[in-house]
Amino acid sequence: MADLGAVGAFAQRHRHHPLEALPWLIAVAAYFVFPSYLPLGAQILATILFALSADLVLGYAGIVTLGQAAFFGAGAYTAGLLAAHGWGEPITGLLAGAAVAAVIGALSGIVILRTTGLTLLMLTLVVASMLYEAVNRASWLTGGDDGLQGMQVWPIFGWFRFDLFGQTAYCYCLIVLFLCWLAARRMVHSPFGRSLVGIRENIRRMHAIGAPVARRRLVVYTISAALAGASGVLVAQTTGFVGLTFLGLDRSGTVLIMLIIGGVGRLYGAFIGVPLYMIAQDRFSTIDPVYWYFWIGLLMVLLVVFARGGVLGLFERFRR
Amino acid sequence: MGEIFSAAVNIAFNGLAYAMVLYLISVGLSVTMGMMGFVNLAHGVFAMAGGYIVTSLMKNQGVPFPLALIGAALAVAAASIPVERLLYRRFYGGDDLDQVLLTIGLVFMSVAGATYVWGPLQQPLQPPAWLSAPFDFGFRSFPAYRSFLIVSGAALVTALWLAVERTRFGAKVRAAVDNLRMAQSVGIDTSRLFTATFALGSGLAGLGGALGADLLPVNPNYALQNLVFFLIVVAVGGLGSIRGPFFAAVLIGLTDTASKYLAPEFGAFFIYVLTLAVLLWRPRGLFGRA
Repeated sequence: MADLGAVGAFAQRHRHHPLEALPWLIAVAAYFVFPSYLPLGAQILATILFALSADLVLGYAGIVTLGQAAFFGAGAYTAGLLAAHGWGEPITGLLAGAAVAAVIGALSGIVILRTTGLTLLMLTLVVASMLYEAVNRASWLTGGDDGLQGMQVWPIFGWFRFDLFGQTAYCYCLIVLFLCWLAARRMVHSPFGRSLVGIRENIRRMHAIGAPVARRRLVVYTISAALAGASGVLVAQTTGFVGLTFLGLDRSGTVLIMLIIGGVGRLYGAFIGVPLYMIAQDRFSTIDPVYWYFWIGLLMVLLVVFARGGVLGLFERFRR
Repeated sequence: MGEIFSAAVNIAFNGLAYAMVLYLISVGLSVTMGMMGFVNLAHGVFAMAGGYIVTSLMKNQGVPFPLALIGAALAVAAASIPVERLLYRRFYGGDDLDQVLLTIGLVFMSVAGATYVWGPLQQPLQPPAWLSAPFDFGFRSFPAYRSFLIVSGAALVTALWLAVERTRFGAKVRAAVDNLRMAQSVGIDTSRLFTATFALGSGLAGLGGALGADLLPVNPNYALQNLVFFLIVVAVGGLGSIRGPFFAAVLIGLTDTASKYLAPEFGAFFIYVLTLAVLLWRPRGLFGRA
């Protein structure tokens, strides 16, 4: 193909670049190379989906949220409650969890998305915290502080049982992540995705050209909530447990950190930041169980001082 | 009837004491965010440091309480200057997300650092004898320490407001919050102003953390545990405002105390409802500029 310069690159932005296959090749290879780390691997894959959902709102629509755990937890509790009350079928549980999360996202989005900046950040946090307190209060249903007991997750398609070694869990998470990533990728390269970037970059101009800004923000917020819910379902189904930490501020904050470490608004930041953070956490907490927080904090500070824009930002600067 | 009145007095009294602590800690955060455009999620670390300094000065060195308070405030203010000069300065007005990553990283380091130095356990504050007996106000008696909190908090707030309204330094701060570029154009050395304001805010936070060691227990997770409340006070009060956080702190302090008395099983639910309502009604906070 002839070199068409910047315009050509823009026109072909939706084409699959060979480098994009890299994370998937690594993920498949990891299955065979590290068979004893598959449970951790499944958690990483599910968390990548969670970070991807955060990237859609933060990186593309410019909505800084500290309440993403609300949707993660809503999905997880939905699938968990279904599985604890006699419906352990994983795929329908996944869809139900994503749907409930999307409904909560849409309803809360209608109320809070009229604000911007710090106010919006606080409102996302407030919504998640209210859900947290409500779930804690409804302990007759959710188990409250102790977490939800007695989840029975059935084999996938009645065949693939969730095993102790995490093989089924790893493949299940990988396939769901891949499908969600394809959908997200398609979305951000569509006219809808471009208009989101426009809203992030200059909201006044988007208003001026007549783009339905409020509706687009609500739609992407809802989609992101659904993905976050799906990710919560994956974690719930593969670990067989749902607890209050699924809804906590820690989780919203950590996913944000992982995303920033990788790089925001590039769709691949999640694929770098999440493994980096979770593997670092796993290693540090083995080497230094008491003070591992210190090392992970130091890593974050050094990253900001020396690599603004995350790891992907660093690469981009080298290429220039 | 008497019981209801007594409960109301109790709530007002304890709520006000809590509000003073919240305000002292949060006002610096409000100014940093409003003036320097810097999201300092590590602000609680300064308050935690103040709490640790006071408790260990009193326990290990036997320093009297008032002296330990002053020492904590000064030490925290002094320690904050190199942090601002060497680390924070380069991120002013920059990307919010870099600031979030940097300051949360610092919070994580503070959690581990505090565990290393002081251990994982909570450090109790032992108020001196003259603040341990209840004060008798005639019609009823009040816990002395909380009364002291309210009185000293009120004195500090008055002094701070007078300083901001009446002194040259205060005028510069207000100018820089209102319009940074204009302030620079008329010759205000904003670089030094930033450092001075930051140190003042951190010192107040240290003092707040020290005074409030009784209400907000001093432990390694302090900065993370209380972050949400500090942020709520700033957002409800209005960014960059000096007065706003005070009214927000009173509102939050009273609501929190009331809900702990009347419906403890709901946790912080009502605080969140209140925050939601205020921010939907006034998105820029009670005293934020449109």
